[in-house]
Amino acid sequence: MKIIKAGIQDTVQDLGRYGYQHLGINPGGVMDRFSAAMANLLIGNNINKAVIELHFPASVFMFQKPALIAISGADFAPTINGENIPINHPVLINKNSILQFHKIVKGARAYIAVGGGFNVPAWLHSASTHLKAKTGGYHGSALQKEDEIQYGNVDVVSSILGEKEFFVLPWKADDKWGDKKDGEILVLPGNEWSRLTEAAKESFTMTSFVITNQSDRMGYRLNNLPLPVITREEIISSGVSFGTVQLLPDGKLIVLMADHQTTGGYPRIAHVISVHHSKLAQMKAGDKIHFLLTDQQTAENLFIKQQQHLQHLRNACKFRLEEFLCAQH
Amino acid sequence: MDQSNLTYRIFPLGDSVITIDFGNNINESLNDEVITRFNELQISPVPGMIEAVPAYSSLTIYYDAVKLRNKVSSGQTVYEWMQQMLTERLQIPPNESEKNNRLFKIPVCYNLNFAPDIKTLADSKNLSVEEVIQLHTSGTYKVYMLGFLPGFAYMGEVNEKMIIPRKPQPVNVEQGSVGIAGKQTGIYPLASPGGWQIVGRTPLKLFDAAKEEPTLFKIGDKIHFFPITENDFYEIQNSFLLQDQYWNAE
Repeated sequence: MKIIKAGIQDTVQDLGRYGYQHLGINPGGVMDRFSAAMANLLIGNNINKAVIELHFPASVFMFQKPALIAISGADFAPTINGENIPINHPVLINKNSILQFHKIVKGARAYIAVGGGFNVPAWLHSASTHLKAKTGGYHGSALQKEDEIQYGNVDVVSSILGEKEFFVLPWKADDKWGDKKDGEILVLPGNEWSRLTEAAKESFTMTSFVITNQSDRMGYRLNNLPLPVITREEIISSGVSFGTVQLLPDGKLIVLMADHQTTGGYPRIAHVISVHHSKLAQMKAGDKIHFLLTDQQTAENLFIKQQQHLQHLRNACKFRLEEFLCAQH
Repeated sequence: MDQSNLTYRIFPLGDSVITIDFGNNINESLNDEVITRFNELQISPVPGMIEAVPAYSSLTIYYDAVKLRNKVSSGQTVYEWMQQMLTERLQIPPNESEKNNRLFKIPVCYNLNFAPDIKTLADSKNLSVEEVIQLHTSGTYKVYMLGFLPGFAYMGEVNEKMIIPRKPQPVNVEQGSVGIAGKQTGIYPLASPGGWQIVGRTPLKLFDAAKEEPTLFKIGDKIHFFPITENDFYEIQNSFLLQDQYWNAE
């Protein structure tokens, strides 16, 4: 697959590089794990296969050989050779076809998965691009014009396609799964939640906060009014994770995202529950977040349900794909 | 550490991560406890553990809540189960793991062109630049933790006479820069924005993605700094042989 035109920041990612945080190497990986998993499962891939994470404006791609792909996450109005294709569907694409993205319909990050996966060398057992360390993924960098990424073969694609430029397979995944009202983000209280004054606690859960444009894969800064605290006692650097909501010295909030540092020294006010990381990942500068407190049991139950949903999707897609491919023989 | 004196607190860091906090303190014996327990978990992880992340005085554990769900009785959360597992672990005295005796002698060029903040530090502390260098090179520092950047070691503690707070706003820092922030000293393995006061630069590579263990330092290492000239700096920087000697140290 060749990059005809580079997007603003498109990188190869998988579900993250775990096991090296004790060396200061953060896990990284896709921002929206649910959508990336869905793109892979739709085409019968293993859930952790490397995908391309797209931001808008996204790259323009040319497929140099036939491919089975799926696009999930944000809807950037994708076309193949100028014709619309749906997201959350498996799509067969013939060689020399051009995939482009035209506008933001919804969301902030789209994922392309390809049958057989993108072939990039693993660094520390992961295909994720580590931009700071300039390694992992495709040459440790965002995709550039003229880059060429190899991908796996799916044998029957070209015989099914014949002369057709592309073909949309007739099943889709439901991306509405588990959606709460837009902007509502469930959080668990953090270890330093009790540092907030009563008024600050109320304002944290009663107010909506706009995501500022100082937001990227490392974290989202929010434009809240400064939240007062009852103590400024120093915190010695300690663990933080994806979804940790930290209170900066100026009273503003930052939500840590996929490329967060491994440790931090700011008060941890709250933690976004795992299931809502994906929702956060699909928000962009200008969008509003409304935090709602929940409890450990609810957070765990939602997470487990989401994983079960992906498991069902995996089985259903495998079955549909095999059935479809058999019928073509 | 005497187990009867060991106090700690366990709290959740969201729904899939848990932290054991041995005290909000930079303290060598607390940190030794963290390292011992970390090493123990590396050798025999608790069920469902994805990884453990040691810090100054805490240990954070990532776990697979989905995998653990079946082990947990109804009415109990995976978090509570994990908390119980870790509490039981902590009641057992740690195995006397092999002590980390590694000592690195790190060359640092303190020339002003590599040390944008050394003059400010010296002036604000009524020291000469020579005295700052002398103080910085006379200490033995322990790597308390790695974080911030791949291979960035938080080391301590610097001589009281040269304690200086970090800058209010981060600036661009060159790879290899040696900084001071509060009681801590550290080296930037990569060029990065950073707020530490830069007093010198090492020609050594501290991060190498091509190595199986990609960082030169690990927690518990001991560090000495020694001053070098600018000529030495470039010679070491360009010598694979000299660089490799450090990476092959046991």
